[in-house]
Amino acid sequence: MRADLEKTEAERLLREARAARGESLWFDAWRRLRNNRAAFLSLAFLAVVALGSLLAPLFPLPSPAHLDLQDEPKPPVLPWTNLGDHDWDEALYRREHWELSFFDSALVDLRATLFGTWQTGAWLGTDSKGRDLLSRIVWGSRISIQVAVAATLCSLLLGVTYGALAGYVGGRLDNLMMRIVDVLYSVPFIFVVIFLITLLNEYRTTLRDEYGIEYISVFYVVIGMIYWLTMARVVRGQVLSLKNAEFIEAARVLGASTPRILFVHLVPNVLSIVIVYLTLTIPAVMLFEAFLSFLGLGVEPPKVSWGLLAVDGTEAVNPVRTFWWLVAWPAVAMGSTLLALNILGDGLRDALDPKLRGQER
Amino acid sequence: MSTPLLAVERLEKHFRTGRADLSGRKRGLLRAVDGVSFTLERGESLGLVGESGCGKSTTARTIIGLQKATAGSVRFDGVELTSLSRRGWQPYRRRMQMIFQDPYASLDPRQTVGSILTEPLTIHRVGKPRDRRLRALSLLDAVGLDPRHLFRYPHEFSGGQRQRIGIARALALEPELLLCDEPVSALDVSIQAQIVNLLKELQERFGLAYLFISHDLSIVRHLCPRVAVMYLGRIVESGPRASLYADPGHPYTQALLSAVPVPDPAREAERRRQVLGGDVPHPSAPPPGCAFHPRCPRLALEPPGAGATACRSEPPPLAERGADRRWSCHLV
Ligand SMILES: Nc1ncnc2c1ncn2[C@@H]1O[C@H](COP(=O)(O)OP(=O)(O)OP(=O)(O)O)[C@@H](O)[C@H]1O
Ligand code: SF4
Ligand SMILES: [Mg+2]
Repeated sequence: MRADLEKTEAERLLREARAARGESLWFDAWRRLRNNRAAFLSLAFLAVVALGSLLAPLFPLPSPAHLDLQDEPKPPVLPWTNLGDHDWDEALYRREHWELSFFDSALVDLRATLFGTWQTGAWLGTDSKGRDLLSRIVWGSRISIQVAVAATLCSLLLGVTYGALAGYVGGRLDNLMMRIVDVLYSVPFIFVVIFLITLLNEYRTTLRDEYGIEYISVFYVVIGMIYWLTMARVVRGQVLSLKNAEFIEAARVLGASTPRILFVHLVPNVLSIVIVYLTLTIPAVMLFEAFLSFLGLGVEPPKVSWGLLAVDGTEAVNPVRTFWWLVAWPAVAMGSTLLALNILGDGLRDALDPKLRGQER
Repeated sequence: MSTPLLAVERLEKHFRTGRADLSGRKRGLLRAVDGVSFTLERGESLGLVGESGCGKSTTARTIIGLQKATAGSVRFDGVELTSLSRRGWQPYRRRMQMIFQDPYASLDPRQTVGSILTEPLTIHRVGKPRDRRLRALSLLDAVGLDPRHLFRYPHEFSGGQRQRIGIARALALEPELLLCDEPVSALDVSIQAQIVNLLKELQERFGLAYLFISHDLSIVRHLCPRVAVMYLGRIVESGPRASLYADPGHPYTQALLSAVPVPDPAREAERRRQVLGGDVPHPSAPPPGCAFHPRCPRLALEPPGAGATACRSEPPPLAERGADRRWSCHLV
């Protein structure tokens, strides 16, 4: 301004302005989420699940892979009747385990110092090969979460890039790109994916030995491929309506460059809706992983995921004896996680964009 | 005569209409702006009035380069803007800014007022970050907001306050010309006067020139010594405020003015409201001849003859009528 404020006066105002800092929409959303008890509890629950799966090697659990061939699965015991024993063998545990990264290895060391040879009893029972179910559920959460997060990120990358490009460029390109999405929507993807994964399954060992690609990472990408369509549509719609918003035009009139408009103005405004859809895609992907495990196309034993556990459980059920714990516990683990994710997704949607409430997702 | 600050000549902006599908069929042409000319001197303000859809916003947006002109020229301080590259535009962005209609849509909801006001300075690399911040403070002060609200977010302000923020952003680069596209029409009537007075005060303080777009003739009278009236993409009348309001020449202007209450009670009692018949034609299918002819009360009173025929077949030129007045009508 040509009539500038006094320098010292300005300094004082700046200090006072800092003290009277406003609340961003993000903060506002966070407060709304915190006030939504169900969503907030879900968030807390999911944080516990995530932390638990990350720290799996630290817990004094029996080996998830140790076979103890016997006649039949042992039922759950109440913790106070069989708290645990001192039979844990660290060397065997490490040898039998399918994978222990450097980080995991350190956690096992820590476990050995903290708990010694102590391990928990079969609180949730054992499976037909004598493996501890609680341990398998904790370890299984790792792969389930990994697959869900990685596949969702694949869908995010593809969906957001595709949708943002179509929406921002607009015109004919947008038209063409969205027709492609329409066509893909009508493809019965479940069958395509089953076909693809069956094909990949054939080359599991070839892939690993010759190309050094783990089957599981291909798995992520393939699942991610089907869940990007909705994301692309949502992002495209948002970008389309935002790119002609007056605040974007104001930035253009100020001479802002295209990257500036994209990253300073568009992305932060599209982000909230992306987060919501992300939270809602994760449970869908988890369920799909379970479904593929059911078909024998999922992770490879001895590795374990929740889907695989549920499959083991249903296979053990027979008319003479129902080994209910083999089905119930994995179902509880997976069901509560899916429920929490869905509640959190709905809560996030309400918190981040109150206008969207009650709309179709 | 020195070069005017802004000289717009035979500006045209046409839109292709119809579905832009892959086959590209069924295309029409919409003449949103169809040959608009005017000039604006330094420190002057020109009011641009007209009904909704007559092309006021499109004129402003084309002048400032948000849309490419179909034809015609826009010269700013003698420099042709319509052929500039993005880079070439940059210096003129500093000299010409815009105020938008909707104070709820024109501020990025995720930015603080501070970032909104420093962004123009950042883009044009004016000063150091610290100076920019201080500058934002004095901008807030200049538009009558509390500088201590620098780190607040747009949603924490009322509509009138947001519009002040929008004005402060437009002023950040010390422009010479502000295009105001209905800056008060989205606001409460009680707030409108405050914003109009602020604009007036800022004009005197910084020597700004305004292109002030509105459909409210009383606001335009208050703010703009010169007025231009648009109808279907063209200027149909222009002139100094006093004589134009007292004695409008074009029947469309007469009809518009007849709807405005006059402050003088004696004259207000005499005022006869003239209601225009018929719908506003769509700019994609303007009537032949004078675009106003299907609704024109003057033509309705005209006996058949050469004049009436001309109205229906020949677009009237925007002719000089003396004393800086112009209007386009075959029947005087
Ligand atoms: N991007 C566009 N594509 C197609 N048609 C457009 C576009 N922008 C404006 N139009 C059309 O051009 C005409 C003039 O629009 P414009 O927004 O300039 O009117 P206006 O005088 O500002 O009206 P209002 O008072 O409603 O703001 C309208 O018929 C509008 O539908
Ligand atoms: S030219 Fe004819 S139709 Fe047009 S405004 Fe004049 S009298 Fe009316
Ligand atoms: Mg408009």
